Amino acid sequence: MGMDLSTLRTLISRYCVGEENWVDSRTIYIGHKEPPPGTEAFIQQRFPDNRIVSSKYTFWNFIPKNMFEQFRRVANFYFLIIFLVQLIIDTPTSPITSGLPLIFVITVTAIKQGYEDWLRHKADNAVNQCPVQVVEHGKVICKQSHKLRVGDVVLVKEDESFPCDLILLSSSRDDGTCYVTTASLDGESSHKTYYAVQDTKAYTTEKEVDSIHGTIECEQPQPDLYKFVGRINIYMDNEPVARPLGSENLLLRGATLKNTEYIYAAVIYTGMETKMALNYQSKSQKRSAVEKSMNAYLVVYLCILISKALINTLLKYVWQADPNRDEPWYNQRTEAERQRHIVIRAFTDFLAFMVLFNYIIPVSMYVTVEMQKFLGSYFIMWDDEMMDEELGERAMVNTSDLNEELGQVEYVFTDKTGTLTENNMEFIECCVDGHVYVPNVICNGQVMPGAAGMDMIDTSPGPEAKEREELFFRALCLCHTVQVKEEETVDGIKHGIHQGKSSSLYISSSPDEVALVEGMKRLGFTYLRLKDSHMEILNREDEIEKFELLEVLTFDSVRRRMSVIVRSGSGEFYLFCKGADSSIFPRCVAGKVDQVRSRVEHNAVEGLRTLCVAYKPLIPEQYQELCHLLNGAKLALQDRDKRLAEAYDLIEKDLILLGATAVEDRLQEKAADTIESLHKAGMKVWVLTGDKMETASATCYASKLFHRNTQILELTTKRTEEQSLHDVLFDLSRTILRQHGGMTRDSFSGLSGDCTDYGLIIDGATLSAVLRPSQEDSNSGNYKEIFLEICRNCSAVLCCRMAPLQKAQIVKLIKASKENPITLAIGDGANDVSMILEAHVGIGIMGKEGRQATRNSDYAIPKFKHLKKLLLVHGHYYYIRISELVQYFFYKNVCFIFPQFLYQFFCGFSQQPLYDTAYLTLYNISFTSLPILLYSLMEQHINMEILKKDPSLYRDIAKNSLLRWPIFIYWTILGVYDAIVLFFGAYFLFDNTTFTSNGQMFGNWTFGTLVFTVLVFTVTFKLALDTHYWTWINHFVIWGSLIFFVVFSLLWGGIIWPFLNYQRMYYVFMQMLSSGPAWLSIILLITASLLPDVVKKVIWRALWPTTTERIQHFAFLMTFLHLDMAAL
Amino acid sequence: MMASSYNAKDEDGHISVSGPGGGALRSKKPENTAFKQQRLPAWQPILTAGTVLPAFFIIGLIFIPIGIGLYVTSNNIKEFEIDYTGVDMSSPCFNCSQNFSWNSTRPCTCTIPFYLEQSYENNVFMYYGLSNFYQNHRRYVKSRDDSQLNGDVNSLQYPSKECEPYAYHDNKPIAPCGAIANSMFNDTLELFYHPNGTKVPVPLTATGIAWWADKHVKFRNPGENQNLTAVFQGTSKPVNWRRPVYELDYDPLNNGFINEDFIVWMRTAALPTFRKLYRIINKKDNMVPTLQRGNYTLEVVYNFPVRSFEGRKRMILSTISWMGGKNPFLGIAYITVGSVCFFLGVVLLLIHHKYGNRNNSADISN
Repeated sequence: MGMDLSTLRTLISRYCVGEENWVDSRTIYIGHKEPPPGTEAFIQQRFPDNRIVSSKYTFWNFIPKNMFEQFRRVANFYFLIIFLVQLIIDTPTSPITSGLPLIFVITVTAIKQGYEDWLRHKADNAVNQCPVQVVEHGKVICKQSHKLRVGDVVLVKEDESFPCDLILLSSSRDDGTCYVTTASLDGESSHKTYYAVQDTKAYTTEKEVDSIHGTIECEQPQPDLYKFVGRINIYMDNEPVARPLGSENLLLRGATLKNTEYIYAAVIYTGMETKMALNYQSKSQKRSAVEKSMNAYLVVYLCILISKALINTLLKYVWQADPNRDEPWYNQRTEAERQRHIVIRAFTDFLAFMVLFNYIIPVSMYVTVEMQKFLGSYFIMWDDEMMDEELGERAMVNTSDLNEELGQVEYVFTDKTGTLTENNMEFIECCVDGHVYVPNVICNGQVMPGAAGMDMIDTSPGPEAKEREELFFRALCLCHTVQVKEEETVDGIKHGIHQGKSSSLYISSSPDEVALVEGMKRLGFTYLRLKDSHMEILNREDEIEKFELLEVLTFDSVRRRMSVIVRSGSGEFYLFCKGADSSIFPRCVAGKVDQVRSRVEHNAVEGLRTLCVAYKPLIPEQYQELCHLLNGAKLALQDRDKRLAEAYDLIEKDLILLGATAVEDRLQEKAADTIESLHKAGMKVWVLTGDKMETASATCYASKLFHRNTQILELTTKRTEEQSLHDVLFDLSRTILRQHGGMTRDSFSGLSGDCTDYGLIIDGATLSAVLRPSQEDSNSGNYKEIFLEICRNCSAVLCCRMAPLQKAQIVKLIKASKENPITLAIGDGANDVSMILEAHVGIGIMGKEGRQATRNSDYAIPKFKHLKKLLLVHGHYYYIRISELVQYFFYKNVCFIFPQFLYQFFCGFSQQPLYDTAYLTLYNISFTSLPILLYSLMEQHINMEILKKDPSLYRDIAKNSLLRWPIFIYWTILGVYDAIVLFFGAYFLFDNTTFTSNGQMFGNWTFGTLVFTVLVFTVTFKLALDTHYWTWINHFVIWGSLIFFVVFSLLWGGIIWPFLNYQRMYYVFMQMLSSGPAWLSIILLITASLLPDVVKKVIWRALWPTTTERIQHFAFLMTFLHLDMAAL
Repeated sequence: MMASSYNAKDEDGHISVSGPGGGALRSKKPENTAFKQQRLPAWQPILTAGTVLPAFFIIGLIFIPIGIGLYVTSNNIKEFEIDYTGVDMSSPCFNCSQNFSWNSTRPCTCTIPFYLEQSYENNVFMYYGLSNFYQNHRRYVKSRDDSQLNGDVNSLQYPSKECEPYAYHDNKPIAPCGAIANSMFNDTLELFYHPNGTKVPVPLTATGIAWWADKHVKFRNPGENQNLTAVFQGTSKPVNWRRPVYELDYDPLNNGFINEDFIVWMRTAALPTFRKLYRIINKKDNMVPTLQRGNYTLEVVYNFPVRSFEGRKRMILSTISWMGGKNPFLGIAYITVGSVCFFLGVVLLLIHHKYGNRNNSADISN
């Protein structure tokens, strides 16, 4: 009874709180079965389904949500306000003039965003609808992925990826293990072993699995990939058996089942609650630096606008103080107007001026920018040079908002595995006692001589040497933890994927080992299998040798070596040890240490991953002793790890060095070239990887991130264990600063070129220590600063052992540092998603590790090498294009509106527009829009090839250099100058004189039309002067829009338009053209307004040419030379 | 799944994989057009001192003669201007301007004598000029009903709201409505020649002063060819007018809305000081100049008050050349711009000479 009450209470409290998250653990019923009665009553919790949502809108909320988001943009909101003001009060221009462009902008943007969201929906659907096999009522049923519920039991077959987070129940293997690669989650492509709970591992058919009766209790989802705590209760004979669950039982969504036929597993986290989904960061709108400066300019123009309106309002009332000016007899107010309060009148006047001048902030700029970005991104997608023939993929653009940001990148954060490297280890060479063996060719173990300058392999090696050589090969064949996959499970398709390489046969948690064993195979020693604890080797004479595997001293990162103890067929005991050079050499007592060491060092510099191999023959008594030692340590209940380490230390000594190996994680094609170009272009390249330090730094050397003369600074756990973090940091910064001081001295003496550059290596643990906000001392705040200071002075930084979110953290840290540099993150796996989302520009590589990165990126490219063209060419182009676009837009609107401002001084500040409504509306929409749009799509100030060849040109545009304030002010002044020339030119021509040859007079609309005509021609010619790359399209658009303007004006003034209530423009344009002086003054005014800009350009080019201009000139001369040659 | 980027072609490529080996790849690869690869052939001019120099000299060489031509033409134009506002006590129109009232039934007239020092050949154009009169004030500019003026009968009865407060008078629609029409210039100017003490009226032509298109298309009387008096029945004359619109002229082709004086007035001027064409004095025969040297009088029926807003009224006589009236500005501007271009050309030549070579050599050494 009491229990019932408590149950009820729990029930009530749970449902009343209404929030399910308060439960910090969840209970899952495997197969949705009720627990047997009598146990503690569980309340079924509600969980989300397994749907992944990356889209922003649904069909229903698209319009309101999109409208809301669009009007949240300051510019759009401003235009909306202007439009509403025009609707409400009596303003000089009709609401159409601003309503039409605004509606156009909003619609275009909505269509674009809707389309992009539709693509996301499509991608989501593809994921959500992929089939999953679920066990229900003892049968396997196919379900769509999104219909999975917590508690379902799913069947996953080999090479399938897990649809959600699962607890392994059983596998096709007897021991209840399965192998999984989490490459797409954390970038580690090695196979990891996961375990089923003892009590469930026997249930290996769907019927049996269905009979499992149990519950799982586990924590609520959290993003840490490596942490999981839970408990499984199995009810057998109504007697619950509780077993602990840890991360070794948890299969994560996104990981792939390998080397295991099938598994059964229970669903615990679904959909957006999976660890993978929790590791995503929410998508935030990325804004480019150009957009930021655009907004800054906008604020300036807004201030100009408001002050213009204020000045005019003020002057209006000063001027009107005389009632005969305010209301002369010929121009009376209506009674209603007269009655209005002076304050209201002043305010409406202010608003009317605002409306009159509002065109100075161009609505159409936003449309043009959007269109430029959207259309411009097609050039990236179309680019043949960024297409990978092998994959058949070309670059993809997911967000076109950031095209120009590609030209502004200062920091590149790159993933290693799969991005810089192919994620494909290859055995390069081995060195036995100084003899180098290179298995260049796969064919029957042919031994090739090594690199020149090294000892050539003895063509007739002495018997002793030969013996040692074979011992070395055997050592490599034996000293590993590689598993062999049975032949029959390897089908043809799989062979195809790996291009027929036999690599698919060996499986190991370390790809290096696979490479080594494979390399041995090529040198004639083939590891066959491990059978009944006997390792079988096929030697060069095609004989099978058997070694009994006695002990494996597994690898760990502290010792950095591993050993095996084997007994050969002839009964001899051997200890084989392989490991990093630093951990092997000190333990060797014999062997040609010096020769091997020199070779190892040579290889390390080449960027190869080296391992040393040593051995020690054991006599049976020694073996017994070791055995005893090991077993004692293994069985220890306390300090087991410590005692094991001690035992290993005792065993692995007095070794005889055999030789060394070199393995290469093949770099992606042209990765080094790309990184060098990025360096030359002034970018800092950081490698962020989950991999271990040695591997990562080897890659960094190979990819020329670190050079031979780069001084490496280490900030790793190893070092911080010896010294406190504080000291290490200060040490490093002192080193750097000393160099820095030296550098300034150098630069004084003009020798700044040959200063050493620094490379920093930091690992995840240290990084989190650096970044950890600490409460007690204020010093830690400095750590960040010091760290940043160090980083700033390093040309390359390597961060290893990084968790996905840490990658994002470091990107964020750099982003927030005081220079606010533009960052770019590039990666291929799901572990890179968070940094891709965090960086200003996120780039996905279409690699082997799934599509996560690609989907979340802003741009996706097939290979790392394509980054070069993407940044140096496309980025550069888009940046100069859009910066001209932005500046030009403000310029042409100053030219447009300033005469209108000046006109107020001559019309009694009455807000009389200078131009006709049609001209006001169409100026930005059609007369001057296409030339700049096409310019901003087509312009190439420098040839593509030169941009690629000379990456330092990228520095020319760094730090948003084309949108700096001086340049902006120059454009604005130019605009004001042009406006003054236009207005006063027309003014003096019109002033109190006749303009025609028949004595008839022109009116105010002709005056406006004359100004407008000159204006349209001037701004178009100004663009023509700026255009450096004249394709037929540019010609067509520039001359075409001028012709369009003339034709439109003729038409607009040629007819009495029945739907208009005024005919002010009737015949005005034609009448103007029929007057000779008008033609002459148009030509004069255009010339006069273009003159200063041309002169400025020419003089600047002659006296202070920029690099760009020099190269343009050079290219220009080259074409002439070329022509001359051709003519000859 | 995301292989579908924006272009659907990629997916097509996927489908055709079954085709011959190379075909699949090629179909995946879109047509390699120069446009898509941004490799369209292009003309790549650069603005250097060398290329711009000739242009500057050419502009200078063209503009300076044009400017001189314009300047000379402008100087040859004869123009005579007389202010008849009557601000000074001594002015003949002083009384008229002082004692102005809208209601006076008897028009005030004044006579201003003047002496032409040169004889005017060819046609002479007679303008009236107003100063400080804001025809371009927004409230004023929009205060008209173009459809009423175009002969729309409906608009005649119901004038546009824009005409307020000049839309209705005594509950009758005003025709033509609006402030512009209401304030139409209504001084009458007459010119007399006084050879040897006699008084010879100078014949003034009142047609051909408005734009052809305005007179024939934009302005139309309502009710085709009907009696104007009947058509305008039920409308009121503008408040400040002395006569209704259908009594502006005896000539039916110059009466009502198509009266040219009216049309000229309705074309609002761009600036507060403006002139409008009033009459044309046509040349009669080739032997006699249109206006001979000598004494003239201008007889003004003074109806249009400007003193209240400190305005001025002028009468202008001017001959016209192909480039319009007297305006030295255009010629001077041409000469200035031409000389500036020429001067800059010289400067650039120096720069080109001094720095151009250094520049080039620097390039090549790079």
